[in-house]
Amino acid sequence: MIASAATFAFACFALALLMNLWKVVTAPDVADRILALDTMFINAIALMVLYGLALGSEIFFEAAMIIAMLGFVSTVAYARFILRGNIIE
Amino acid sequence: METLLEFLVAALLVMAGIFGFVGSYGLIKLNDQMSRLHAPTKATTLGVGGVLLASMLHAAAFEKYVSYHELMITLFLFLTAPVTANFIAKVHIHRQETRASMPEAGGDDHWATHDTPEDEERRQTAHTPPAED
Repeated sequence: MIASAATFAFACFALALLMNLWKVVTAPDVADRILALDTMFINAIALMVLYGLALGSEIFFEAAMIIAMLGFVSTVAYARFILRGNIIE
Repeated sequence: METLLEFLVAALLVMAGIFGFVGSYGLIKLNDQMSRLHAPTKATTLGVGGVLLASMLHAAAFEKYVSYHELMITLFLFLTAPVTANFIAKVHIHRQETRASMPEAGGDDHWATHDTPEDEERRQTAHTPPAED
């Protein structure tokens, strides 16, 4: 039961990543592109934790944590660059 | 008991998958940029939260170890999602709105996202007390 539920969740998050990629390519404005990239980071975290659950392994949580931090920092840096033309003033 | 836990983990996984999918589908489906901001920041965060809860429950029930890493990731995501949403909304105000199209900011002032360098200087001098000599 858990295996099929995990497969369903894998499919959902993979489709979500593809839709985000589509939005990154076709977005009308840069704010949408930042939003889509941020969502891709979050979906990647979900996929990584799901993979750890499916394998019964612990080591993917560190990777997920690092991806979460990278996602936050890069989104803020990108938005800050658009707002101020500079990241660290 | 075993079956109940298994059912709980499976239900959490399915719910998380649906939430994640709906969040990203809303991103391409909704028309207005500020409506689009709602879908990923709320639904996708809930989806990831569901996956993390399922993983924690799975580890405790079937792998015989208790894992707290997931709580850390959940906390981090729940703290950072509103901050990134605020930044993206500010980028939208900066690029798509003018001073006239925004609602009143109160007083005779405008919203700080539309500040020019002169405005910033004025704000800074207004807050520093005059030098005494």
